Amino acid sequence: MTKVTMTVNGKSVSKEVRGNMLMTEFLRDELHLTGTHVGCDTSQCGACTIHVNGENVKGCTIFAAECDGAEVGTIEGQANADGSLNVIQQAFQDHHGLQCGFCTPGMVMAAASLLQENPKPSEAEIRHYLEGNICRCTGYHNIVKAIMAASGQDVSSIAAE
Amino acid sequence: MPKDHGIGAAQKRREDVRFLTGAGQYTDDINTYGQAYCHFLRSDVAHGKITSIDTSAAEAMPGVVRIFTGKDFEGIGGLPCGWQVTDKHGEPMKEPAHPVLAQGKVRHVGDPICAVIADTLDQARDAAEAIEVEIEDLPAVVDMKAALESGAALVHDDLSDNLCYDWQFGSDQEAVDKAFAEAAHVTTLELVNNRLVANPMEPRVALGEYNRANDESTLYTTSQNPHVIRLLMGAFVLGIPEHKLRVVAPDVGGGFGTKIFHYAEEAFVTFASRQINRPVKWTSTRSEAFMSDAHGRDHVTKIELALDADNNFIGLRTDTLANMGAYLSTFSSSVPTWLHGTLMAGNYKTPAIQVNVKAVFTNTVPVDAYRGAGRPEATFQLERLVDKAARELGVDPIKLRRQNFIESFPYATPVAVEYDTGDYVATMDKLEAMIDIPGFAARRAESEAKGKLRGLGVNCYIEACGIAPSNLVGQLGARAGLYDAATVRVNATGSISVMVGAHSHGQGHETAFPQVVADMLGIDESMIDIVHGDTSKIPFGMGTYGSRSLAVCGSAMVRATEKIINKAKKIAAHLMEASEGDIELKDGQFTVAGTDKSVAWGDVTLAAYVPHNYPLTEIEPGLEETAFYDPANFTYPAGAYACEVEVDPETGKVTIERFAAADDFGNVVNPMIVEGQVHGGLAQGIGQALLESCVYDADGQLLSASYMDYAMPRAGDVPFYMVDHSCATPCTHNPLGVKGCGEAGAIGSPPAVVNAVLDALNHAGHDVAHIDMPVSPHRVWQAMQG
Repeated sequence: MTKVTMTVNGKSVSKEVRGNMLMTEFLRDELHLTGTHVGCDTSQCGACTIHVNGENVKGCTIFAAECDGAEVGTIEGQANADGSLNVIQQAFQDHHGLQCGFCTPGMVMAAASLLQENPKPSEAEIRHYLEGNICRCTGYHNIVKAIMAASGQDVSSIAAE
Repeated sequence: MPKDHGIGAAQKRREDVRFLTGAGQYTDDINTYGQAYCHFLRSDVAHGKITSIDTSAAEAMPGVVRIFTGKDFEGIGGLPCGWQVTDKHGEPMKEPAHPVLAQGKVRHVGDPICAVIADTLDQARDAAEAIEVEIEDLPAVVDMKAALESGAALVHDDLSDNLCYDWQFGSDQEAVDKAFAEAAHVTTLELVNNRLVANPMEPRVALGEYNRANDESTLYTTSQNPHVIRLLMGAFVLGIPEHKLRVVAPDVGGGFGTKIFHYAEEAFVTFASRQINRPVKWTSTRSEAFMSDAHGRDHVTKIELALDADNNFIGLRTDTLANMGAYLSTFSSSVPTWLHGTLMAGNYKTPAIQVNVKAVFTNTVPVDAYRGAGRPEATFQLERLVDKAARELGVDPIKLRRQNFIESFPYATPVAVEYDTGDYVATMDKLEAMIDIPGFAARRAESEAKGKLRGLGVNCYIEACGIAPSNLVGQLGARAGLYDAATVRVNATGSISVMVGAHSHGQGHETAFPQVVADMLGIDESMIDIVHGDTSKIPFGMGTYGSRSLAVCGSAMVRATEKIINKAKKIAAHLMEASEGDIELKDGQFTVAGTDKSVAWGDVTLAAYVPHNYPLTEIEPGLEETAFYDPANFTYPAGAYACEVEVDPETGKVTIERFAAADDFGNVVNPMIVEGQVHGGLAQGIGQALLESCVYDADGQLLSASYMDYAMPRAGDVPFYMVDHSCATPCTHNPLGVKGCGEAGAIGSPPAVVNAVLDALNHAGHDVAHIDMPVSPHRVWQAMQG
C-alpha cells in the first residue's frame, strides 16, 4: 500500500492505495465519484476520461499512485460554482449530445481539453480529437455539433432539417 | 412557430442534467453492505468435454468465499427461450438445455464453467487462475453450411443434428413457382448479413442481494425489461415466487437489444446470494462482453426476384441460414422467422413471396435480437437485390422502386402483415430533394478530379414496431404477452407520478412521456415525473425493445390518463354543482360549458384526497388509474435513405460524404429525440456496412474480442446526417398516431451504403455485383482487382 495525496476537483484527498489500483478504481471505489465510467478494458472507449494536471488522460491507463501530488479533474467538478451546467455541459443538453449518458462524462472531459487547446476547432478537428471516445447512441452528429456550439461557433446550418 | 411544450415540442431532456454532471446511477455504481464479488471462469475453447474441475487450491486462497460449478445447478432450471417456432413440417423447434454454468460440456468460447466468489474482485480473479479444469477438445462447428452436413460434430449430443428448425412462410408454393416460371427476368443474389456485437457502452452488471428477514431477493441488473427478467428467472430458472423477487434496472447505459435477454449471470448472482447470504456483484469487462453478450444478425441468404417484361416485381423467394449460436437466447428463435420473414415484402407490391429459414446451432456465442432484429436482414437482402436487378436491367434504381411501390393502404402483404398507413412516394420525393440528385454529377466530377470514385446509393425500408397483439403473437409461438402498462398517480397537490412498464436506456422517456400527459391535462410538464425500471414500483410491463415505448406503453399511459380525466371531471362537476357532461378540461382548468364557472386542476386533486365535501357514495376518493394496452397491430414506420461515398481506388477505403434519411414515423412527440434516435441508428448501420464484424476462426476462437479488434464507428467515420420526418402518415390504430423510430436508422442504412459503393465501382468500370459487409478497404480493393 502507498499513501497518495492529490487534489480532486479542488479538494485535497489522502488515501492508502494498492500499487496496482487504477485511477478509475480510486475515483469510483475510494472517492465514490462514479461519474467516471469504465466501458472497456483496453483503453479504447474513453468513458473514463479525466484531467490530470490539465492533461486529457484515460483514467484506466494510469495508476492512482502515479497521481500523487496531482491536480485531478472529473466530471463531478465540471459544473459552475453555483451548480449550473458549464458551457460545454449546457451545449450537450441544448443540442442533444447524449442519450444513455454513459460515454457522456468522458465526452465532456475530452471536449473541455480540446477547447482548452483549440478554442475554435473545425468539424474535422473535433472528429479527429474524439478518436479515443466511443459513443454508441448519438451517431456523433449532436456531440460534434454541441462542441462546435460550446466554442461559440454558429451551428444553425448543420444538417438535420 | 415550433411548439415549446406538449406533444410535438423539441423539449430538452431533463435526464441530461444528471448524466452531464456524473450523477447518473448505473448498476455498477451501486454497492451494498457486505457485498462479495463474482468472477466467471469461462471456456477458452469452442467445444469440449469437461473431464475434471479441481477447485481445491483456489478455495484455499485468500478471500475466497465459495466456488460454484455446474454441479451446483443440477436440478435447477436452465435459461428459457421465450418463443417457440414450429417448423414447416409442424414440428416444434429443438430446445436444448441452456445451463447457468456449463454441465459436462462447453459449447462456445466464453461459456461459463465456474463462478468464484471472494471478498474482493482481485481475489476472485486470482483464485480463478488456480482452478484446474481439464477439457477434452471436441471438433467445433462454426460455419452454418458445414454444421448442417451429415457427420458434422453435434453442438448438443442429445439432438440428432444441428438444425434448430426448418421454417417456411408466405405464398403458396404454386403461386411462387408460377411467378418464376413466367418471369421475363430473374435476379439472384447470395449475401451474408455479418455477425455484430451490440456494444452498448455500459457493460452488463448484475448484483444479487438476499434478505433473510423476509426471504426476498433483489436483482439490480442492466436490463431493458425488468418484469420479463423477473418472470423468466423466478418462474423458469430459480423457482422463486415473483412476489419474493424484485428486479431493478436503474440508469442503463444503452441496450440496442442486447440487454433484453435473461442471462446466466443474473440468475447466478441471485442464486448465489441466497446460498451464501451475502450480496454478490458481477461486472462484465468489455472483453467478457464480447463473448457473453448475445450477438446480432449472422445470416447467409440466397434471394431471387422475378420481374415481368415491364419490370414489375412478380415473385420473391429466399433461402436463409440463421445462426443461433450454441444455445437459444431469450428471443433468438423469433428473429429470423416472424421478425424477418414477415417484412420480406418491403415497400413493394410483389404478389408472391416465399421465405425459407433454417436455424442452425454452432459453437459460437448465442445470437439474438440487435437493433432492428430481423428487419435489417430483410431490408438488406431486398434492397441489395432490387439494386442488382436495376443494374442488370439497365434501369434507374429509384424509378424501379417507385414503379413497384405499394400506393394504397391498408395493404395486406403475402407475408401476413397489414400495413395500416404509409406514403412511400412522398418519402422518396423528399429524399431526392434532400440528397440533391441533380447536383450529384458535379460532386462526382469533383471527386474524380481528386482521383476518387464517387457513388450514390439509395434504398427504402419498412419495419414493424410495437410487436403485437398478444393473441396473435401467442399463436405464432410467443411465450409472453406483448402489451404494456402505465399507472398515473395524481398526488393531492396535483403533481403526478407516472409508473410505466417501458424502460428508458437512452430514449428520453423521462422527457417525452410527460409531454403526452401534460398535453392531455393542460398542465406543466414539470409537475409530472416518470417512474420506471423497478418491479416493486411499476405495473407489470414488458420493457423497451422493438421501438415499442410510445406506441405501446405510451398508449397505455394515454388510456390511464383518459381514466384520470373522466374521474376528475366527475369531481369537478360535483365541486361546481354542474352536470358531468358539461365539464371541459383546458389548460389545467375545469370549466362548465357556457358559464364562467371554473375550478383549477389542483383544487380537484385536493378534493380527491381530502374528501370532506365529496360525493363519497358515488365516487371513490383518490385519483390513480392503471391501464394495460394491447395494440391491435404493429406500427409500420418506413423511409427512404440515400448515401454518397467516395472510394479511394488506391486503398479501397470508403468515406461517407453525405447521408440523407427521410422517414415516416407517424406523429412525433419530441422531434429532437426522434432525430437523435435516427442519428444513432444510422451510425450503427454505417458501422455494420463499413466496419463492424465479429470474426471466428475455423476452430471457433473469437478473434474480435475487444475494441482492439472489433472496429467500432468513431466520430471520424461518420458525417453530419440530413434527416427528415415530415412525411408523416399517422398510425391508425394507436391513440397517439405514433410509429417507432429507434431502429429505423440501423435498418435503412446498410443497403444505402453498400449500394453507393457498388455504384462508385461500377461507374468506374469495375463489374462488381456485390461485396459482403463490412465493405472494408481490403474487400473493396480486392473487388476492384476483379
